[in-house]
Amino acid sequence: MNITLFVWRQKNADDRGKMEKYLAKDISSHMSFLEMLDVVNEDLVQNDVEPIAFDHDCREGICGMCSLVVNGTPHGPERGTTICQLHMRHFKDGDNIYIEPWRARAFPVLRDLVVDRTAFDRIMAAGGFVSINTGGTPDANALPIPKTDADTAMDAAACIGCGACVAACKNASAMLFVAAKVSQFASLPQGQAERKERVTNMLAQMQLEGFGNCSNYYECEAACPKDISVKFIAKMNREYLRASCLKE
Amino acid sequence: MILDPKIPSGPLAEKWNKHKFDMKLVNPANKRKYKAIVVGSGLAGGAAAASLAELGYQVSCFCYQDSPRRAHSIAAQGGINASKNYQNDGDSVYRLFYDTIKGGDFRSREANTYRLAEVSANIIDQCVAQGVPFARDYGGLLDNRSFGGAQVSRTFYARGQTGQQLLLGAYSALSRQIGLGNVIMHTRMEMLDLVVVDGRARGIVVRNMVTGEVSSHAADAVILATGGYGNVFYLSTNATGCNVTATYRAHKKGAFFANPCYTQIHPTCIPVAGDYQSKLTLMSESLRNDGRIWVPKKQGDERPADQIPEDERDYYLERKYPSFGNLAPRDISSRSAKEACDDGRGVGETKVGVYLDFKDAIKRLGKDTIAERYGNLFDMYNRITGEDPYTVPMRIYPASHYTMGGLWVDYNLESTVPGLFVLGEANFSDHGANRLGASALMQGLADGYFVIPYTLGNFYARSGVSDVTTEHPEFKKVEADVAERTNKFLSIGGKRTPDSFHKELGKVMWENCGMGRNEAGLKKAIELIPKIREEFWSNLKVLGKGEELNQSLESAGRVADFLEFAEMMCHDALDRDESCGAHFREEHQSDEGEAVRNDKDYLYVAAWEYAGVGKKPNLHKEPLVFENVELATRSYK
Ligand SMILES: Cc1cc2nc3c(=O)[nH]c(=O)nc-3n(C[C@H](O)[C@H](O)[C@H](O)COP(=O)(O)OP(=O)(O)OC[C@H]3O[C@@H](n4cnc5c(N)ncnc54)[C@H](O)[C@@H]3O)c2cc1C
Ligand code: SF4
Ligand code: FES
Repeated sequence: MNITLFVWRQKNADDRGKMEKYLAKDISSHMSFLEMLDVVNEDLVQNDVEPIAFDHDCREGICGMCSLVVNGTPHGPERGTTICQLHMRHFKDGDNIYIEPWRARAFPVLRDLVVDRTAFDRIMAAGGFVSINTGGTPDANALPIPKTDADTAMDAAACIGCGACVAACKNASAMLFVAAKVSQFASLPQGQAERKERVTNMLAQMQLEGFGNCSNYYECEAACPKDISVKFIAKMNREYLRASCLKE
Repeated sequence: MILDPKIPSGPLAEKWNKHKFDMKLVNPANKRKYKAIVVGSGLAGGAAAASLAELGYQVSCFCYQDSPRRAHSIAAQGGINASKNYQNDGDSVYRLFYDTIKGGDFRSREANTYRLAEVSANIIDQCVAQGVPFARDYGGLLDNRSFGGAQVSRTFYARGQTGQQLLLGAYSALSRQIGLGNVIMHTRMEMLDLVVVDGRARGIVVRNMVTGEVSSHAADAVILATGGYGNVFYLSTNATGCNVTATYRAHKKGAFFANPCYTQIHPTCIPVAGDYQSKLTLMSESLRNDGRIWVPKKQGDERPADQIPEDERDYYLERKYPSFGNLAPRDISSRSAKEACDDGRGVGETKVGVYLDFKDAIKRLGKDTIAERYGNLFDMYNRITGEDPYTVPMRIYPASHYTMGGLWVDYNLESTVPGLFVLGEANFSDHGANRLGASALMQGLADGYFVIPYTLGNFYARSGVSDVTTEHPEFKKVEADVAERTNKFLSIGGKRTPDSFHKELGKVMWENCGMGRNEAGLKKAIELIPKIREEFWSNLKVLGKGEELNQSLESAGRVADFLEFAEMMCHDALDRDESCGAHFREEHQSDEGEAVRNDKDYLYVAAWEYAGVGKKPNLHKEPLVFENVELATRSYK
């Protein structure tokens, strides 16, 4: 099939950037979306046009590196699917596809479709851990954890840190991302000791990075490739309230 | 040069303890004086960087992704082994050790492998304390599953995302140290060379992948934890960015490369669909616990799976290996799949695939149980192929997955360049000629959490602080070399993209140095590779500049190194004129097609010393001594 692409091109962080039109020719429906871009890039280079820069690594939906807004939706039209796992069978001959980077104040564009997401790492460094050192830990089975709690923690821990939730949110809020980490630890006994500091510090860092607030649009959940539930935002809010009450 | 593995004396089970006592310690007050560079933030690098910083050393950590959390360890699905014996089914440190040695077809070092089995239990404790949400049973205790090559249940897992959860555990520990200011994290930075002065590793030269700036970093020791080189085949289950650059550049600076021909082909991947394919996706081996592998008995059978009656199906692994059946080790399963397809009994459009069928398991356990165990894998398969594995059997085929070879290291994980340590998949140390499932995660974390924190201290205490700074002329020289290479890529002005060369190389390697190898094929590859390389250096096309984010340029650098490395790999495969583990020389097989080892002539680690581009590297042999296990013929019948 043949497809017309409109792609965001921007030389660097200071460039203003604009949409460019390209033709994707002879695309197989078995290709992944990124393989389609590879083919387009090969073509561009043959025509002396610099290839489109986009982030990707694992290409199997787990590293969280890929980050394209396709036709206005982060990671494209398929629910629960990263863009690297989206296959061209979901498009048809003659389609127009618009491809843009994540847009958020806290995620500046570095080039074309590549953005800077280090703000997420700084939020993690503010509290996304259990403060233990290597060695000297008790036997793993010394601490039974009810299966339902472990399962809840795992549901939250499945977040791949891609940032689609931010890109989808009108306020560019990072609440779903932060809530996932806070909820993972809040569901486990290991996370209890630092419960208060964790939620307080991570949220403070989130604000500092320039992410917006949550006003319950829940676009984040719809865009999340790992189906992280907004119920974790509610859980985090309770954690936060609890932490605030416990403050002196 | 004599390769000294520095294996401690004494009985196997006491070596590591004794060694820990014999090693020198760094006075806590002095630890701040020592700097370590850790390249890589996967399980090995992430765990090492965090643990060393906790001890008080100054750590700088580098990765090429935009966040340390994205290292390719994240993609491991199945699980991690540990000799906890929680299932009371007869596991022990010795059994895990033995299984690993046997799985590696008696081509690994006893002492290293034993230590790995020994510290495996601590890893699980460590990860649970970090809040890693391993699967649990209804009593709240940890659940286990069994994995290829083992008859006990010792594999811990977190749904189908074990690597992700373990890496996020290490990343959380690393993040804590970054927040505390003990680790300086450099993301989107690619190591392009190692700097050696007076025979000691002094630092690295890196390129900032956003600005293109080339800079030097000095330290008292350099640790490489940069993962494997499976992408030498172009198509593999590795991430597209996985590369050999860091280890190969170190090789060119004096680090010997051990057993490069030991590469593992994973039996359960989604088959190739077309020539635009950019990577292959693994379907976790854990699927083999419940799925049954088969092909039609008849050649060229075009019927859909559900119309082929039971008695016309060949469950070839169950037939050939009754006691291990579908859980036979990876190399054996992979080769059997290839045999079936070569025999004209492959399935799917391309006929290069075999079935992995869950019909019986769904009947026995119910769809819900299967969905709970493998739901996310089934979804992934469906997404990629458009087929529903609950109703239509999966199609699978082997793909390049893991590399047992790597930089040579001694018992302390130190390479032949003093002060250069190598951890995780990047070294060669523990898996011999074949790695058992769920053992790479174990090794990465063992190296990072529990080995390097001890052995690096010993190195510091013995060698002292390095007095070489980035002002040293050698740093300037290496920076200039790196810049020159970049300019070269940009100025060739030819017609072909780096990717097209990578694909061409991959094909040569897969055909001649892949699942089956023979003398003629390897010689042919050794002839072909320099030709591709020549064309690369005269007909490469990279647009744009060096001083900007330039993904073609990054890719050119990686492909250039693969083009040299691949030749060494073929030399190694040619030199090893025996079959062992994943290295299958077609000349050496039994009547039943099993690998035939030659312990008389090849009981050694092949460590290659760089001799120049296009020159055969010099071979050094580290003899393998087995004091505890008896060399047996690996049998999984
Ligand atoms: C799909 C898949 C599934 C797997 N499943 C399992 C499993 O179930 N069980 C199991 O035990 N093993 C499994 N493995 C194997 C296992 O995941 C890996 O061997 C292991 O995670 C490697 O860890 P590592 O820390 O050595 O390297 P990696 O995790 O690959 O990390 C490499 C690091 O080095 C950095 N790096 C590389 N080159 C450079 C450079 N030039 N400059 C700067 N930084 C660089 C990268 O940025 C990254 O941070 C699987 C592997 C794959 C591919
Ligand atoms: S919550 Fe979902 S969308 Fe947000 S970073 Fe995590 S995986 Fe991505
Ligand atoms: S490239 Fe890794 S999640 Fe898409």
